Amino acid sequence: MKPAPFRYADPGTLEEAIAVLSSEGAGAKVLAGGQSLLPLLSMRLAAPTTLVDINRVPGLDTVEATGDGVTVGALVRHNALLHDAAAARVQPLLARATANVAHPAIRNRGTTVGSIAHADPSGEMTSVLALTDGHVTVATPSGVSTVEWRDFFVGPLETSVHGPAVVTSAFFPALPDRSGTAFAEVARRKGDYAVCGAGVVVTLDADRRVAAVRASYVSVGLTPEVHDLTDAVVGQPADSADWAAAGALARTLVDPDTDIHASADYRRLLVGVLTERTLVAAAAEALGGTE
Amino acid sequence: MTTKLFGEPVRRREDARLIVGKGRYLDDIGSNALAAAFVRSPHAHARVVDIDVDGALEVEGLVAIYTYEDLHGPMAEPLPVLIPHPQLHAPRTGYPLANGEVNHVGEPVVMVVATDRYVAEDVCDRIVVTYEELPVVVGVDAARSATHAVHAEIPDNVAARHHQETGDVEPALAASPHTLSFTQYIERSACMPMEGKGVHARWDDADSSLRVYSSTQASTSVRAAIAAKLELSLDKVEVIAPDVGGGFGVKINHPWPEELMVPLAAIALQAEVKWSEDRREHFISSAHERQQRQEITVGYDDDGRITALDVHIWHDNGAYTPYGIIVPIVTATQLVGPYVLPVYRVIVESVYTNTVIVTPYRGAGRPQGCYAMERTMDRIADALGLDRALVRERNLIRPDQFPYDHHLTFQDGRPVIYDSGDYPGLLDKLKALVGWSAAEELRAAAAERGKLLGVGMAMYVEGTGPGPYEGGHVQVLGSGKVLVSTGLTSQGQGHETVFAQIVASELGVPIEDIEVTTGDTRRFGYAVGTFASRAAVMSGNAIALAARGVREKALRIAADVLEVDPGDLEIDNGVVQVKGTPGASMPLRTVAVVSNPLRYAFDEAAKQATQFARPGSDDKPPVAVGDAPGLEHVDYYSPIRSTFASGAHAAIVEIDPATWEIDVVKYAVVHDCGNVVNPMIVEGQVHGGVAQGVGGALYERMVYDKDGQLQNASFMDFLMPYASEVPDIDIDHQQTPSPLNALGIKGAGEAGVIPGTAAIASAIEDAVGRRIASMPISPTELYDLMRNDDSELTAACARRSGTGAMA
Amino acid sequence: MNVDTERTITLTVNGIPREATVPVRRLLSDALRHDLGLTGTHVGCEHGVCGACTVLVDGEPMRSCLLLAVQLDGASVTTVEGLARDDHRGGQVLHPVQEAFRECHALQCGFCTPGFLTTIAAGLEKRDNSAELTEEEVDDMVGGNLCRCTGYANIKKAVHTANAAMRDGS
Repeated sequence: MKPAPFRYADPGTLEEAIAVLSSEGAGAKVLAGGQSLLPLLSMRLAAPTTLVDINRVPGLDTVEATGDGVTVGALVRHNALLHDAAAARVQPLLARATANVAHPAIRNRGTTVGSIAHADPSGEMTSVLALTDGHVTVATPSGVSTVEWRDFFVGPLETSVHGPAVVTSAFFPALPDRSGTAFAEVARRKGDYAVCGAGVVVTLDADRRVAAVRASYVSVGLTPEVHDLTDAVVGQPADSADWAAAGALARTLVDPDTDIHASADYRRLLVGVLTERTLVAAAAEALGGTE
Repeated sequence: MTTKLFGEPVRRREDARLIVGKGRYLDDIGSNALAAAFVRSPHAHARVVDIDVDGALEVEGLVAIYTYEDLHGPMAEPLPVLIPHPQLHAPRTGYPLANGEVNHVGEPVVMVVATDRYVAEDVCDRIVVTYEELPVVVGVDAARSATHAVHAEIPDNVAARHHQETGDVEPALAASPHTLSFTQYIERSACMPMEGKGVHARWDDADSSLRVYSSTQASTSVRAAIAAKLELSLDKVEVIAPDVGGGFGVKINHPWPEELMVPLAAIALQAEVKWSEDRREHFISSAHERQQRQEITVGYDDDGRITALDVHIWHDNGAYTPYGIIVPIVTATQLVGPYVLPVYRVIVESVYTNTVIVTPYRGAGRPQGCYAMERTMDRIADALGLDRALVRERNLIRPDQFPYDHHLTFQDGRPVIYDSGDYPGLLDKLKALVGWSAAEELRAAAAERGKLLGVGMAMYVEGTGPGPYEGGHVQVLGSGKVLVSTGLTSQGQGHETVFAQIVASELGVPIEDIEVTTGDTRRFGYAVGTFASRAAVMSGNAIALAARGVREKALRIAADVLEVDPGDLEIDNGVVQVKGTPGASMPLRTVAVVSNPLRYAFDEAAKQATQFARPGSDDKPPVAVGDAPGLEHVDYYSPIRSTFASGAHAAIVEIDPATWEIDVVKYAVVHDCGNVVNPMIVEGQVHGGVAQGVGGALYERMVYDKDGQLQNASFMDFLMPYASEVPDIDIDHQQTPSPLNALGIKGAGEAGVIPGTAAIASAIEDAVGRRIASMPISPTELYDLMRNDDSELTAACARRSGTGAMA
Repeated sequence: MNVDTERTITLTVNGIPREATVPVRRLLSDALRHDLGLTGTHVGCEHGVCGACTVLVDGEPMRSCLLLAVQLDGASVTTVEGLARDDHRGGQVLHPVQEAFRECHALQCGFCTPGFLTTIAAGLEKRDNSAELTEEEVDDMVGGNLCRCTGYANIKKAVHTANAAMRDGS
């Protein structure tokens, strides 16, 4: 289990990174935290011709929290985001989901944006990007552009970004007013990829009734999806809404797969249970915020 | 300072190097050695049609490529069947490199030697092997149906039909007031030590000698195998087990292909060659254990006493049978547990599948046997509406029945005669420890929290310390150092500490003066190996006998010097002294010096032993007839039969009826391994065993698809427990010494793992009220069981309204 | 921009500047073990799950099998060999967590031990040890490393013992 040969560059600027990705061609790959990539290299399941290590590129390691949302740079480690109080205030889902990412030693090196660019449907942060309706910023030889999450994830471990490109940041919009969130997972062992995870956002109206419910799941489906569960509970008082109905609705909307750890049916069961449980918690938080 | 250390929780002596990174494991040896890697079969069953190495020859750093064509003489023959048995009628073993056919994914086909492992893997990638795929057999049921054969000349896939019976079971069943029959399954797991296997070989051409380091549990036998296979004189081969990063059984099988191929290359290339197994290799080319289908019929009376037991097991032995039918025999004979079985018949059919070989994993067939017997007890209790503990109690062998003869033949070819034990004592302690009588209150309290709670138990008897023998060597040097060696190996059991404790106690020397060496054929050439919870019993007793030999000689020599009777002497803290007479003494190191009459003095101490140093008797030779120079002794311990340890475990589980997640909230252990050399180490063995038991019950399973591909050959997907998955463990002890050996000890290594699957299955069944007949069980499987209208409800569930029904 | 297949790197290992010329694909775990001779760092899975290879990179626990050696140019690495302090009398003063592992019988075969020791040492040094050590903290410190021998009970005990020693000693 040793990586196949490759070439290596560690550019000092983003421009250099783009340039070397261009000159090295289609076999070149960006290396950020490497916590997903290195195992693939060692198992020889991936064999890039060149690794372009962006860890020396300045300016990519910041978390910027504003009223609009949180911008997470490509070199922000999971643990940094987990402990970023300002980010947690603007969008609490970030810390809540990140706490479920692997174990601390992995979180010390792995990056949030790297997880997103890896596009693993078992990754927590892909789901959170979708749930918050976020986007990524991509630098290419032709300039910098943003790609909405919906257009970014095209398949398991596959994004719409091809050719010489660096995902430089991810943007997670702020939590709307009168809203609460929750995130929960069932994993076989603590720190494992989830058998099923659920993140939810509940938004109330001025009368503390349910106005909107959104949910997104981990390890369910081939790409992240957001499901609108509002219809199941819309207009109901948030402290007594029929969250089980929302869970039941969610079960009908998802299309999970079977693997060695869980059947599709079991995942669907968990979607219902976790949806209901997270909605109860999210509604309570939303209510707390409106007092 | 006391030297009476037997029974004390002495801190481990090996830790000093291990906690500072100074351990010496296999891959730490030979930093400049050439590296070996293997091209392994990607198919579960195929003919090797062609091996094309042309594309690999240009890789810079390539040193050599070996295929079966390069093997000659004994190396071209199949690997040995290590433990032949008359009932193993169709044994098969692989070759060091595949000879035309592969029978499991991972079987070695080509060996590459290169300047480092990276390059060796590059070469492997470029070697093109063409296969013609053959039909694949996966799982006991497929092997049994024999639609396809693993080995063409064995069309029924049956390697062995192991059969033992203690009476005429059919009439006994017919005469039984009640009978019940059921079928259950247990799945594959594996030892999975944190360090994989590994071999380092160095050939000294001028001396025509070979030194091999192997991460093995049997260095003396690896040595013999290498000498035989490579046609070397035994005295020109030395094999050393360095620090070994866990074994749990997988490193007892030998010679692994790599243990022969690496030395072969070292000799051919006149270079140091090393192979360090990587994790993927360990998954697909070492060994697994535990898959069985068990068909059980039991007869019993109104009180739940068993009248007859008939067991038919199909045991998946994988592609080959290098370790014979040890695991089937152990299942067959240890199944009986602590119970009186008036009539017992067992048949174990050991069947071939196109999967990794099956050799012992901690417990070695016992967890399966325990699962069969203990689940039988649960079924009887359920059918009669009796307490599960009560049914067990009524069937237990009583303390006044020892020695108790089961009229079976054990894995060592010796009778299964239990030496000693107190099984009712175990059960009483267990019930108190786990709070058995309060289970209904706990169940009600959990229900209020929305949880399903269940309690289960399982008891076992474990034959430990099988022969044929082990030896020990104890030598006192003129410096006062005491060298101790034994041939068997260590994989973390703390042998350097416990054997030193034994010598300190027996010889009366400070433990600081004692140095223990294990698993090094340069120091001790005769040994069997470390398996079956035998090291403390076998080498412990051998070393004790050797220490007693040294003590006797020391007293004899000192008595001569001090001109007293040896009976008036004692050894305390390294000094031989006259009892009750202060000052009349001589240090043991001085005894060691004078024990070896010298012509030449090389240091101050040696002067005392030279020929003019002290008056001798002119009419006696310096070394008496029948005596030998030096203060040392070698002795062997060869037991008449195994000694039988015992124990009882209980688990309390809580299940979330929404997600079917299973949480072991309490785990209780009562353990009896006779006299204990070091209670801290024994408790550590129990902890580790229980963790593997919980893993085997709830998390670990080798998942093969129908094509024989292992679906979870990584630590991501083969779910060994982290700390978060292992419950806290409450332990109580009982000590019934073994009458079979001088130290009164029984083995402790495997015990912790044995009853885990049975106890946890029992607890889950108790919680959910549905029959658990296949283990391990995961939440997704429990969900399937609970929503299946056809799954069997327990009678207890029907009696206990309101719980157990589908939420 | 240099695109290389081999590089010479300089890093500080256990306080000592070291230089090595390595192929760019060399994993840090292999570089430490085979290029720098620090075999105390063990390799148990090479896919980041077992934690045996965990070292401290600029003080933070990381899997050395999931880093390329070239990425460590200029960095500071602490391995198990660097946990003990020099006692300036030719010997070493063990780190409290090393002492605790021995005292609590928190190791058996010792293969996973270096990864536990580095991770726990970093975890305990980072915390305010006047605050009570919670089970949750302990679980977090030991929860990402696999041990096949001990069942973890004594490892958790050792974390408490080491924490108490560090509190009382500081």
